Amino acid sequence: MAFGPFLLLAVMEGLVTSAVLALAAAGLSLVFGVMRVVNVAHGEFFMLGAVLAWVVAALVPGPPALAFVAALVIAPLLVGALAAAADALVLKRLNYDPEATIVATIGLLYMIQQATLSLYGPNANPVAAPFDWRIQLPWFGYSGYKLFVILAAVGVLLALWTFMNRTRAGLIMRATQVDRTTARSFGINVDRVYMGTFALGAGLAALAGVLIVPISQAHYLMGGDPLLLSFIVVIIGGLGSLRGTLIAALVIGLSDGVISMFFTPTLAKILATLLVAMVLVFRPQGLFGAKV
Amino acid sequence: MALEVKGLTAGYGPIAVLRGVDFRAEPGQITCLMGRNGVGKSTFLKCLMGLIPASGGSIQLNGVALQGLPAHEVPKRGLAYVPQGRRLFGPLTVAENLAVGGLVQGNDRTTLQRVLTLFPRLRERLTQTAQTLSGGEQQMLAIARALCLAPRVLLLDEPTEGLQPSMIALIQEAVLTLKAQGVAVVLVEQRVDAVLKLADRVGFMRAGRVEETRDAKGLAVGDPVFQTFVGV
Repeated sequence: MAFGPFLLLAVMEGLVTSAVLALAAAGLSLVFGVMRVVNVAHGEFFMLGAVLAWVVAALVPGPPALAFVAALVIAPLLVGALAAAADALVLKRLNYDPEATIVATIGLLYMIQQATLSLYGPNANPVAAPFDWRIQLPWFGYSGYKLFVILAAVGVLLALWTFMNRTRAGLIMRATQVDRTTARSFGINVDRVYMGTFALGAGLAALAGVLIVPISQAHYLMGGDPLLLSFIVVIIGGLGSLRGTLIAALVIGLSDGVISMFFTPTLAKILATLLVAMVLVFRPQGLFGAKV
Repeated sequence: MALEVKGLTAGYGPIAVLRGVDFRAEPGQITCLMGRNGVGKSTFLKCLMGLIPASGGSIQLNGVALQGLPAHEVPKRGLAYVPQGRRLFGPLTVAENLAVGGLVQGNDRTTLQRVLTLFPRLRERLTQTAQTLSGGEQQMLAIARALCLAPRVLLLDEPTEGLQPSMIALIQEAVLTLKAQGVAVVLVEQRVDAVLKLADRVGFMRAGRVEETRDAKGLAVGDPVFQTFVGV
């Protein structure tokens, strides 16, 4: 294959990575932005989304598309409910102390991971894509499902932006993000906002997990890479900045796709980590984050 | 709709700041609180809003107890607070700041229009972010945001601090309008001229208590009470 089509293929693969990464990282960024909690268990919510998609696929009879649609709804809701319970039982009791919640979410990471190992097992299991159309380009054929993943992520992120900027609940979350004490003195129940935010962030990670599982299989250890890449994206974009998160996800995803294709995936990770180091040295608040 | 406080005690951890505050604010009156730095004026307002828990005493609005309520329930009972330093939601627009203020009231349009009539300059700035306003405009927004709650009691913590004289006059005019509308205004203020211009009653605080309450009509510049409690 000539260089041009090869580059096009690399870019398309990069866009799929960007799309999934943007969803997962948006959840992480939202949780940090509003709650000032660094959620180390975020990758496990992603993994749970994928595993629950497999469970739903096994339980729902009929065509794969039906099970997939059910998983798209059920997995984020269940994971969101689990996150809300974790907020009420753990984070709230720690008064959302930044250091204590890091340790607590590390504990949560291991609890979710080991519980999944016990209940789901150590195997990687595939989930059928809801459809297997292929887009035939002049140079190569490309998975229609992967294009769907990109479009779905764009749709969800647009919905998230609209929710944050055009709804009453979004306004409440943004006000709480700026100043939780003042928010309280205007009748905002900050504890409830935090619970909803943690659930929403986890739900976004789970949704990304459901979308990726027909491409990469469900496994109890699959949360590590998305966590690392989400942190890279959020640090580059600026903790708490949704716009920065999306742009950084695009940069990291595309560079990952292109460099992995032409060189090695390891080099892509090295360069991403180097970029994080440079951002931390020269612009610690991230490219789009507010200076603290 | 009087606000009545009896024997209020509060502090930060083991440090007691309020040591039995007795205080009363009447509707349609401006009650000023004066005292040196650190006597507990701001802490008192925060305690009224539930932002600092009271360790003893009572707070009643028209006979209904407020102490012990979670902070987010207090504004629903009719208290609004303009903190020292304004504490606006800086990255949010003026319109969004006012919308946050109006959450409790369900963003009632009539209330918003009344507030914008009081501060017409904000009407021209609705789409501007709060952090880009001038100091005076920010203070107007802080008061306007609180008024969107349609409060029965308004707590103001040094609202004219650091403002130029023309802005101070505008803010004072707005406070007098609120008084005329029947709002009970509690004003923490350090400047004697402002207190004499606005206040109906003045409470003087020392060491976490209101030690003396005077009718403002009987006060004048140079009154020994100012020297005793404020040092001017």
